[in-house]
Amino acid sequence: MFSKGTKRKFSDGGEEISDESLLGARVASSYSLQRQSLLDMSLIKLQLCHMLVEPNLCRSVLIANTVRQIQEEMTHDGSWHMVTEAFCSAGQSPSERLVATEVLCRSREQDAEPKLFSVISYEGCREEEVVADETLCSVSVSDTVSNVCLAGRMGQCWEKSELSGVERDEEALEDSRLGSGEDEEIDTEDGASTESPKTIGQVFGTFEIKNGSPGPDSALEELFSDVDTSYYDLDTMLTGMQSAPKMGPYDLLDSLAPSHSSPSIVSTPNCRSDLNELDHIMEIIVGS
Amino acid sequence: MTGHVLVLICEVHPLMFVSHHITRSDIISTVEFNCSGELLATGDKGGRVVIFQREQESKNRLLSRGEYNVYSTFQSHEPEFDYLKSLEIEEKINKIRWLPQQNAAHFLLSANDKTIKLWKISERDKRAEGYNLKDEDGRLRDQFRITTLRVPVLMPMDLMVEASPRRIFANAHTYHINSISVNSDYETYLSADDLRINLWHLEITDRSFNIVDIKPANMEELTEVITAAECHPHQCNAFVYSSSKGTIRLCDMRAAALCDRHSKFFEEPEDPSSRSFFSEIISSISDVKFSHSGRYMMTRDYLSVKVWDLNMENRPVETYQVHEYLRSKLCSLYENDCIFDKFECCWNGSDSAIMTGSYNNFFRMFDRNTRRDITLEASRENSKPRAMLKPRKVCTGGKRKKDEISVDSLDFNKKILHTAWHPKENVIAVAATNNLYIFQDKIN
Repeated sequence: MFSKGTKRKFSDGGEEISDESLLGARVASSYSLQRQSLLDMSLIKLQLCHMLVEPNLCRSVLIANTVRQIQEEMTHDGSWHMVTEAFCSAGQSPSERLVATEVLCRSREQDAEPKLFSVISYEGCREEEVVADETLCSVSVSDTVSNVCLAGRMGQCWEKSELSGVERDEEALEDSRLGSGEDEEIDTEDGASTESPKTIGQVFGTFEIKNGSPGPDSALEELFSDVDTSYYDLDTMLTGMQSAPKMGPYDLLDSLAPSHSSPSIVSTPNCRSDLNELDHIMEIIVGS
Repeated sequence: MTGHVLVLICEVHPLMFVSHHITRSDIISTVEFNCSGELLATGDKGGRVVIFQREQESKNRLLSRGEYNVYSTFQSHEPEFDYLKSLEIEEKINKIRWLPQQNAAHFLLSANDKTIKLWKISERDKRAEGYNLKDEDGRLRDQFRITTLRVPVLMPMDLMVEASPRRIFANAHTYHINSISVNSDYETYLSADDLRINLWHLEITDRSFNIVDIKPANMEELTEVITAAECHPHQCNAFVYSSSKGTIRLCDMRAAALCDRHSKFFEEPEDPSSRSFFSEIISSISDVKFSHSGRYMMTRDYLSVKVWDLNMENRPVETYQVHEYLRSKLCSLYENDCIFDKFECCWNGSDSAIMTGSYNNFFRMFDRNTRRDITLEASRENSKPRAMLKPRKVCTGGKRKKDEISVDSLDFNKKILHTAWHPKENVIAVAATNNLYIFQDKIN
């Protein structure tokens, strides 16, 4: 099943590639594909979770833990390199990809609440999962075009982790793995919200909000936390049906796993029309 | 009874004759016998409770014991809308638990996601006639017509079974209630949701004590939830709760007001060779039940049932594979969400056998003494009244024998999540979606 098979490292260029290592490479690559497929499936499940009125907490926790496991393993054996390759080999050029993400990441107003970020950002993820996304996004680290948009989100993420001051193995690992490139990102980016962000896309934070227990947040954040959930309800009411998640990373997921698509993937609507819809809804809610 | 059960399973002698098969309009979500076994309660997705009562044994029908007939039906919970959170609260009954009978009336607790209700079910077979102020049909009499005074007399009437809500225990659960359990002191009971367990007094509805709280300060750090909880059958200070990580904690309420620190921690070490991405999900415990003796407890995870000795925390004393053939299908079952199905399990009255459900309307029974097991099917096609149930077998590979079913032709929409065993006799109730089957064994 998904038990870890024997994996061999790719031979470096210049050495003779034996049959054995070729086979090993194939096994490893098939395992990675399976793992990627599982990751995609899990992320979709989490996102769909949020479309429900009151998701099953146990199920969400189990799926989130699975995603974290996969992400940890991918970080451990550095297979996000392979993710990079897949990314680059996608039909669309990286810059186009990133523009799409940038449009989604950036809010209409420059000083929009961070809540808005979580509405349109990778909603289905907890902090660890954002790292998974970052892992995928970190492709852009090496690209010159990249840095603008994703920096905004990543910056918030790291800010968040610094603010919470939680020492966790994963974070330490991420720090070492993804290198100090992230810090540079934070320095260079601008336009990120200066307000201390509530964590981007909290699976369980949303539960928190839904259940109405007031946190230590500012009243403004609470206002927007309500907006958060009512956005979904409003959206459901407006569209009259459970719509597909309007998430940017969906495109990323699709591009990263081009060869196999999980049957449960819902077709992704156009991001730009969703943004217009989002703006429209925000206008109604905020009453501007 | 013990000897009888041994014979039953040992000879792989299946249960005989279907006593009852009832099709409901809604999916059955819980099944529970009362303490004497005379009554059987079922709850469904529509918030209704239907109670069946066993017929008295008739001398004429030597081969049969009493059949179960509908005794009372009532709407326990209605769908609610939480306006503050813009959420609908399902009326589905998650659990029913009977209180021990103390007088002529019967009491049960029924719980949906948020609210627990105490219902009194009482019989009325007499009514008062000859009122002074009103007619027989209830209309008020003209005052000047009343010339004499009379005492109303009690006259027999057709039996009427009434269910009335006596207590409503609400607003104590932020998350979905998954378990309720009556304490052996018969005064208190616990209710558990995903993150908290509350202790109630049956007489007091406006407050409860929170005895377990595993909610992290930061919800993002949440990695584990409570999946089931039960009071110890004899020690009123002890209870257990299971988690989504496959652990069970035994807590002593005498130790502290908040039982966040367990007295005992039960966990089986993971087998590293079978580790996969699904290991945690399939280790999540869906049900925990104490044995009647109170010495053991049983847990159900996705693929197996484990019996634990309360004195040994590091591993279970018995493990039974329910449907090991599904281990190679975990990815598909994850995809279609079946991997999250919560199966229940139950003990027989003497704790010598255990039962749990599976897919394709199969359910499994294990004899703890002989280690024999049997797979039976709850379906109308295969169970004619008074006919023996045929044992079923799933073919896991290679050549499929006649009457075997291959894993790929199993129907994963037909799942038996809820089963119950009569506390004293070999009578079982099996809920298959919206059908209830009651099986009992033949007396020889």
